[in-house]
Amino acid sequence: MAAIAPYLWLGMLFAFPFLLVFKLSLSDVALSMPPYAPKFDPGNIGRFVRALDLDTYGRLVSDPIYIKAWLSSLKIAAISTALLVLIGYPIAYGMARCSSGSRQLLVLAVTLPFFTSFLIRVYAWVAILKPAGILNAGLHALGLPPVAVMNTDAAVYIGMVYAYLPFMALPLYAVLEKQDESLIEAAADLGATPFRAFWTVTFPMSLPGVAAGALLCFIPIVGEFVIPDLLGGSSTLMIGKTIWTEFFNNRDWPAAAAAATALLITLVVPLMLYQRQQARVLR
Amino acid sequence: MRRGPSVFNRISIGAGLVFLYAPILLLMIYSFNDSRAVNVWAGFSTRWYTALFRDSQLMGALWITLRIGVVSASIATVLGVMAAVALARGGLFRGRTLFSGMVYAPLVMPEVITGLSLLLLFVAVGLDRGFWTVVMAHATFTLCYVAVVVQARLSTFDTALEEAAQDLGCPPWRAFFAVTLPNIIPAVAAGWVLALILSLDDLVIASFTSGPGSTTLPMRIYSAVRLGVSPEINAVSTLLIGAVAVGIAVYGSVSRRRTAPARA
Repeated sequence: MAAIAPYLWLGMLFAFPFLLVFKLSLSDVALSMPPYAPKFDPGNIGRFVRALDLDTYGRLVSDPIYIKAWLSSLKIAAISTALLVLIGYPIAYGMARCSSGSRQLLVLAVTLPFFTSFLIRVYAWVAILKPAGILNAGLHALGLPPVAVMNTDAAVYIGMVYAYLPFMALPLYAVLEKQDESLIEAAADLGATPFRAFWTVTFPMSLPGVAAGALLCFIPIVGEFVIPDLLGGSSTLMIGKTIWTEFFNNRDWPAAAAAATALLITLVVPLMLYQRQQARVLR
Repeated sequence: MRRGPSVFNRISIGAGLVFLYAPILLLMIYSFNDSRAVNVWAGFSTRWYTALFRDSQLMGALWITLRIGVVSASIATVLGVMAAVALARGGLFRGRTLFSGMVYAPLVMPEVITGLSLLLLFVAVGLDRGFWTVVMAHATFTLCYVAVVVQARLSTFDTALEEAAQDLGCPPWRAFFAVTLPNIIPAVAAGWVLALILSLDDLVIASFTSGPGSTTLPMRIYSAVRLGVSPEINAVSTLLIGAVAVGIAVYGSVSRRRTAPARA
């Protein structure tokens, strides 16, 4: 009963519009408003199928910049996610070993940045990393040469790790916190060094948390726009930026829709894994 | 027995917190810098704040953003609570997998896709872009956050109370309003606050779905940031961070006062 209204709302405003994106990706660019000419007419499927040409997709595949943007999005998302695991794990592990009072406080401290504006947190890094920014002022004060980080892929990785760290640290913490301490003691009693006990007992048992954090970060990072736009350079190609540019700057709606469709298809498998995991949490 | 944190653990936590908070703190400090340049400290000043309040465009954008936030968060809360009830109490209804999929997918869906697809929907049905299209777009993705927060609370709440009310002749909807809702109200309030914050914060989806008269504050900040770092943006950001911090502190103390007698 209670499901009907949110079901209809999400069906209308979340699921159904994907079909519109796909339909638009099959249209031609036109100099009108809205700037496209429909090719797909639901009342005339036969003619549509006979005349089916994937013009826009052909354009995307033949222009190497789109393929590069797509590959580079996957690369940046994969590296960012790996960095997030490497940086988030020690933090989550440390949190899990604190007393319960300080654990609650630390969870709050890691969650709070999520409530401050994403845009502002990315902008804070612009002020730090730009050539005449806070970082270089600090280096200068120490008598060190300036570094050029702004508008490079390195700046994008810093921004990604910074913005998504809570999404990695909290699921990791949730798994590590539940772990039975006596298992580590048993490993130690059997002669394992602390590192070996961690590597053969703690880490394998925390893999569900790693997977949860990785999916929560990887999926939105592949389509990220704000971070590559503000911190990356003109050579930083990401599909989210491509969609934005095609839509707002080039007014090429069909190309934006085709790029969005390609992004969505790329994310089908990660999204299904994510859904399966959420369903498990529900049970 | 829980082993205490080692030196390595303490260092990782400390470094992590510095990494998370230092950029925000630097931004706030430099909003009081008298100089326009970020790399020179020219003394304490509040002149960027006074400049802000005189910027009528910015104040207009703030007002629109707040109105969109309050309206969309309220719609999202009603729909999100319904979705949470359906997920936590509905059992196995037809299309449940699709439904939970639609509730969870927007949490990770890249915003450019959500924004573009909503825009195409509004164009397809011939809706002029403006205040209400942004409200609908924001209600759509924030309702999922409300649903997750409320559903987590519902799953720990004893169904025996609802069943007792129904055994005593309460129709289900009345049992919900008389028994369930008063018990989950802190989670509902938290969901509303979260939806409001997410709406105030959103740039990408608002950019796709807003019209000429409905430029939001994040859109204004974004176009200013594209032109470079400026102390005015530092000041706006500091005020926004301050507002969120005050909101969370008030919410925290209110919810503690509410739950304290219940625990005793």
